[in-house]
Amino acid sequence: MFIINCPYCGERDQTEFSCGGEAHIERPKQPTELSDDQWAEYLFMRKNIKGVQFERWNHAHGCRKWFNMVRDTSNDKIQAVYKMGEKPPVK
Amino acid sequence: MSKNLRINKNNFIDQTTRISFKFNGQKLFGYKGDTLASALLANNIHLVGRSFKYHRPRGIMTCGSEEPNAIVQIGNDPSLTDPNVRATEIELYEGLDASSQNCWPSVNFDIGGINNFLSPLLPAGFYYKTFMWPASFWEKYEYFIRHSAGLGKAPTKSDPDIYDHQYSHCDVLVVGGGISGIISAKLSAEKGLDTILIDDKSFLGGSTIYQENECYKINSVNSNKWLANEIESLKNYPNLLIKNRTSLAAFHGYNYLLARENLTDHLSINEKKGKVRQRLWKIRAKKVIIASGSIERPLIFSNNDRPGIILSSSIKKYIDYYGVKTGENISLFTNNDSAYETAISLYKSGVKVNVIVDIRKNSDSLIVKEALELGLKVLWESTVVDTQGYKRIKSFEVMKLSDDGNNVVGDRSKYNCDCLGISGGWTPMVHLFTQSGGKLKFRNDDNVFIPDENKTPSNQISVGSCNGEFKLNEIVVNTIENLKSFLSLSNSCYDGIKIICPDEKSKRNIWLLPSDKPIGKTKPFLDFQNDSTAKDVKLALREGFKSIEHVKRYTTTGMGTDQGKLSNMHALGIIADTTGTNMGELGTTTFRPPYTPLTFGAIVGRNVGEFFDHTRKTAIHNWHVKNKAEFENVGQWKRPWYFPKNGENMHQAVQRESKAARDSAGILDASTLGKIDIQGTDASEFLNRIYTNAWSKLEIGKCRYGLMLNEDGMVYDDGVTTRLGENHYIMTTTTGGAANVLSKMEDYLQTEWPELDVYLTTVTDQYSTISICGPNSKKILAKIVPGLDLSDNNFPHMSFKNTKISNVNCRIMRISFTGEHSYEINIQSNYAEDVWIKCMEAGKEYNLTPYGTETMHLLRAEKGFIITGQDTDGTLTPSDLQMDWIIGKKKFDFIGKRSLYRSDTIREDRKQLVGLLTEDPKEVLEEGAQLVENINKKPIEMLGHVTSSYFSPNLNKSIALAVVKSGKKLKGKKLIVPMENKNINVTITDTVFYDKENKRLNA
Repeated sequence: MFIINCPYCGERDQTEFSCGGEAHIERPKQPTELSDDQWAEYLFMRKNIKGVQFERWNHAHGCRKWFNMVRDTSNDKIQAVYKMGEKPPVK
Repeated sequence: MSKNLRINKNNFIDQTTRISFKFNGQKLFGYKGDTLASALLANNIHLVGRSFKYHRPRGIMTCGSEEPNAIVQIGNDPSLTDPNVRATEIELYEGLDASSQNCWPSVNFDIGGINNFLSPLLPAGFYYKTFMWPASFWEKYEYFIRHSAGLGKAPTKSDPDIYDHQYSHCDVLVVGGGISGIISAKLSAEKGLDTILIDDKSFLGGSTIYQENECYKINSVNSNKWLANEIESLKNYPNLLIKNRTSLAAFHGYNYLLARENLTDHLSINEKKGKVRQRLWKIRAKKVIIASGSIERPLIFSNNDRPGIILSSSIKKYIDYYGVKTGENISLFTNNDSAYETAISLYKSGVKVNVIVDIRKNSDSLIVKEALELGLKVLWESTVVDTQGYKRIKSFEVMKLSDDGNNVVGDRSKYNCDCLGISGGWTPMVHLFTQSGGKLKFRNDDNVFIPDENKTPSNQISVGSCNGEFKLNEIVVNTIENLKSFLSLSNSCYDGIKIICPDEKSKRNIWLLPSDKPIGKTKPFLDFQNDSTAKDVKLALREGFKSIEHVKRYTTTGMGTDQGKLSNMHALGIIADTTGTNMGELGTTTFRPPYTPLTFGAIVGRNVGEFFDHTRKTAIHNWHVKNKAEFENVGQWKRPWYFPKNGENMHQAVQRESKAARDSAGILDASTLGKIDIQGTDASEFLNRIYTNAWSKLEIGKCRYGLMLNEDGMVYDDGVTTRLGENHYIMTTTTGGAANVLSKMEDYLQTEWPELDVYLTTVTDQYSTISICGPNSKKILAKIVPGLDLSDNNFPHMSFKNTKISNVNCRIMRISFTGEHSYEINIQSNYAEDVWIKCMEAGKEYNLTPYGTETMHLLRAEKGFIITGQDTDGTLTPSDLQMDWIIGKKKFDFIGKRSLYRSDTIREDRKQLVGLLTEDPKEVLEEGAQLVENINKKPIEMLGHVTSSYFSPNLNKSIALAVVKSGKKLKGKKLIVPMENKNINVTITDTVFYDKENKRLNA
């Protein structure tokens, strides 16, 4: 059970949040120009790694804002939290 | 049998308050402060239960939560009885009624005991190996196995007790109230930190508090006196919260811990009433200090499980703390110095230990010297090879150990006894540390797994014997020094502390003690609760199990309710010895929460009955209740299902309601439909992207049906959206989909399209919706809003009007989910019931009939309208639903568009929505029933399934919707619905059964 530092509200219990999967996958601007394979890549393929992972989170039972989070899945350490549209502060 | 083994010296038991209790129906007495175990031992009762597999007689073996044997059933009230309670933990109270488990007819004469003599036939994996064939017989075997297995009996009625949950935040949580925990709590509180100290016992001080021995001194005072003063001094800290009888159950990441506080289990039956029984603390601590201590290990030799064989340290606690002699002829068997402390304690209480068997060559520590000076007889370099006595140990046999410890030499010599204390050294309680993600390291010196300081999660520390420090000076000095850096203290109130304690140097450890008999002829028990022996572990290794996790599961070692607190280390040791591996490389099995069993009551707390989940009721709910509606749960909503009249069943009510709605008028509470207010200059563009169809050209004041897809092209939700103004829409969603639709739209707005100027607000609860449908609906509405022009010209289908009912603003939409001429009145929820009653009054002359969800489903099915979630299941595209007309083909993009022409979604043999008519019009299909073409060709190919099915009173025949492979092309095709007793013939039809020309919309 993490404590997540919501960029809008501050530290809150994990139960207030929901995870939205891998971050930084942009919806294609012109989906109609993509091949089936390219579209499938966007639609279905997600990383599930042991180690540092970039994730989307939503403060669902709070401000309802989406933001991004860098989490090490091997020990659940949260390395950074940043707003949508911002560049990740760690690599 | 009934002797009094209580001695009169001690400070911990209130010997003036006598308590009567029952064990297996026998009335006995104990004192306030006793546990059930100490009171039984004082009454000379050792035999308390039967073992799990062989039904061997078992006695009290320990004095704490590690107890494997003394597990009892408390009480016999069908709602309050409590199984699997450890007699060593439950405190005695007036009226306590305990009984043995896993025995029949009684603990003294147990028929299952025959398993003991069959034990050569019941090796590890017996059940796996024996009951495999034939596979179809498993259900028969299972019946008997289930009846012969199991511990206590679960209550059969619901639990009337009250349980609580409480959240707590603190700077420092100290787990364990032994000497290191007390020092930790004081240092933390002294610094002004907000501190919680929890301990699972009724008293603080751990084992030091009853350590009445001149060999242990702190600042020139006996260690127990010093500690008592320290505990007393804790009262001076208002920032320190002490919780007794509180057991830490789980240590999760980010210092989130669960602890269960027992509030009434120690109170008499009358005192318990009306009080909270247990409280689950959910603690978020900035720092955690684990001071969970250590427990003594048994020794593994043949027949080491007889009643009367007790851990040596427990014998010490029973005599020193409870004033109870565990026997009158006690001997001890040890591999370390701590048994000598027990011997000295017993001596001081008037019990001279007969003989101490020690596997070591010698020991010259202060404690051993003191014992020898008292004239105690020690057999060095010796081991117990066997014991005798069925329901209580009567004697044991000793042999000399060879130099390498692998064999025994010489002859057996026999000693009589009624109690044998065993001590195999100490195991640090690292459960909580590993639960939190910490990694262990192995210390070869004394064979212990201890926390690896380099692999400890941040903001926690282990102190005292759970950190592998067993000598008093180490415990105290290291705890103080480690906490100084952990809590950033420059100095402490303990600086300059002076400690005197014995120094144990001589060590010897043999995991499985040798015998003069081959191992096959011995019974060296490892896991006392699950009856697994060293033989079983060796068998598992011979059969090829390598991983300790597999050996554990195959032999069930460590899988009882005690979670192998006593057995795991020996199992590992024997595996390491047998395979020639170092224990450190072998590692441990995983420690999982809870540390001790939790009641279901503590887990659910107050979330029972009506509080289990939120219940959402519409503003008109009370009217529905008054009018005898039957309710259906739709998500958290309570929706009227149907309104039975004069003893109607559901079918009769639904037939009447459906007929009335089409013949004259029906009224439905549609308030649960999701309503989302959408505003902003880009609202139209937003809807274009969210829905499959086009929205920009929708006129203000008009409504439109929209279909929403997932990005994978599958239908997700649907509903009517109305344009209230240039930049203002109100969207309706399905009842169950409302929250998800809002979340999904927010997600896209915030992450993919932040440039759009759109604001979403849920108004589901703010507005109630009353739907009136049927040929007379217009006349009824005219009576309610006489000023409004209801002509088709002014108020056509798919449009809306702002108006007032009794001076309250409302929106009326002319939209229809039944195919009838129909209106939906949206009104502020606090006026909804009033408006509903007005409608009912106005509709009286037209037989306006309230109907529920079942009739709504039937009416829409007659029209072939889908319900997302019933006719769809996340695998159907609009085309599969024969709804190609709703795809805005000219639109540049919308969610899911690209997926509509993936190779898979354009397949022609996808499952597609069709209508079904049964050959016998009276036959109603079961929803979910399968559809096949050829019943004789095996394997039978399943072509699809029925999604909706009703008997239509308006068509006087059965109708159904189904999804069928290539269904669009199969109109007129005959298929079969195979049921348990018959095959039903059906024909594929169009999905619209009623009023195909949509004439009734404007009727």
